[in-house]
Amino acid sequence: MLEIEINRKAYPDRGGRVHVALSDLSLRVKRGELVCIVGPSGCGKSTLLNVISGLDHDVDGVVTMGGVVPQHGIGFMFQEPRLMPWLTVLENVMLVARSDEARQRARELLTAMELGDVLHAYPGSLSGGMQRRVALARAFVIDPSLLLMDEPFVSLDAPTANRLRNMLITLWQRCNTTVVFVTHDLREALSLGDRVCFLSGAPGQLVLDLPIDLPRPRSADDAAVLALQSKLLQEHPELLAGLASNKSAEENPQ
Amino acid sequence: MKLAFPREEATLRVTSLLAFIALWQVAAWFMQSSTLPTPTVVCTRVYEEVISWVLPRHLGITLWRVVISFVLAMLIGTIVGIAMGRSRRLDLLLDGWLILGLNIPALVTIILCYVWFGLSDTTAILAVAINKIPTVIVTVREGARAVDRDLLQVAKAYRLSFWTTLFRVFLPQLYPYFMVGARSGLSLIWKIVLVVELLGRSDGIGFQLNMFFQMFDIAGILAYTLVFAAIVMLVEIAALRPLEQRLTRWRG
Repeated sequence: MLEIEINRKAYPDRGGRVHVALSDLSLRVKRGELVCIVGPSGCGKSTLLNVISGLDHDVDGVVTMGGVVPQHGIGFMFQEPRLMPWLTVLENVMLVARSDEARQRARELLTAMELGDVLHAYPGSLSGGMQRRVALARAFVIDPSLLLMDEPFVSLDAPTANRLRNMLITLWQRCNTTVVFVTHDLREALSLGDRVCFLSGAPGQLVLDLPIDLPRPRSADDAAVLALQSKLLQEHPELLAGLASNKSAEENPQ
Repeated sequence: MKLAFPREEATLRVTSLLAFIALWQVAAWFMQSSTLPTPTVVCTRVYEEVISWVLPRHLGITLWRVVISFVLAMLIGTIVGIAMGRSRRLDLLLDGWLILGLNIPALVTIILCYVWFGLSDTTAILAVAINKIPTVIVTVREGARAVDRDLLQVAKAYRLSFWTTLFRVFLPQLYPYFMVGARSGLSLIWKIVLVVELLGRSDGIGFQLNMFFQMFDIAGILAYTLVFAAIVMLVEIAALRPLEQRLTRWRG
């Protein structure tokens, strides 16, 4: 069980004023659950992931996993692939787990993700979709107990993004990883999550916690997903304004 | 322009070298003066100096000084440069010293070092290193400032060890700056070492050149210069260029 209790998370903005990014946020994620966190841009979603991962310690609150502060076994996928350009594909994956078993696992993962031919290529020669696949392999090579994903599939074309989502679901089901997936795309959240949590605009607070009972496998284009999305938009128009994937989600609606 | 074949490149380089020698020969014929000996005379002189072991001995001593002061300057310059690039406070604290260090004439440092620390080999190496360190600092500091925070965040998120982060994530971003520092460093050190030797040592190429100057032995000066230039080129071709290619392979 991943337990997140954040009383207040603030940081000085560029003008030096205090910006409260998150407040009174309480979230529990069961082991092996995939939770999507949705909210408008600037509501503190990335900040939340940084706090969970321990990248950001300066917070009034606690994050525990199985009763202790999570230290190892955290996978993190960022908005950009963030691969080391001077390391080959295989070396990039091996960077985070250096043992003989890890090497074997890295090769298997990369081959399963159809990257077997480019193990020794440098990231600069790969397409954006391929780079993200490498980043996904890097996240899973450590067999993470917790995987944090910060809008990892933005700026990809729809088929590539769908393919990556399918790969994520396959790996997640195989590894029984707890996943916290942040996105501003409601349809993506509905198609991936066991649960979708909605954050308000800054300071981010949990405003709706919605279990998704749709059967898997699902895709973002399924009729059921689209129906659920329009139902939500009708029931909570003020909450979800700007979050539907066919509208611009860049503006903070509040 | 991109050359199609390495052979073409080699031809151009050799042609340029031959043209230089030809020009030299022609100039020497026209002047008919002892102040400009012909290439043949100089080459004969090189041969004599080499088989008598005088040149190799002095060259060896000079190279030794170059290597030690180069390594020292790169090491200290890199450490201080990274520290200044990463810490704003340290940067402000040391920036004034750095500007001073960059602008003090080499000759002043050399003279003061000899006066304060005595005419020894250690002093000679120290004087050369002191001249070089500030330029290494400036180059490396630039690199350390440009380090990609996003990639360091990856290292932190995956809990990479300090050494893994340093050698696999942080330092590779500085390699291009090291190469610039090493190149400009070597060319500066070659020059300063000779001055240091001329002023306060009784061996090395600088000392020999001073002797030839006293005796107006131009063939000797040119012979030593020629060998020295050849060594510099060799270092570039055999060490720096392969190293650079290795370090920047991923850009290919």
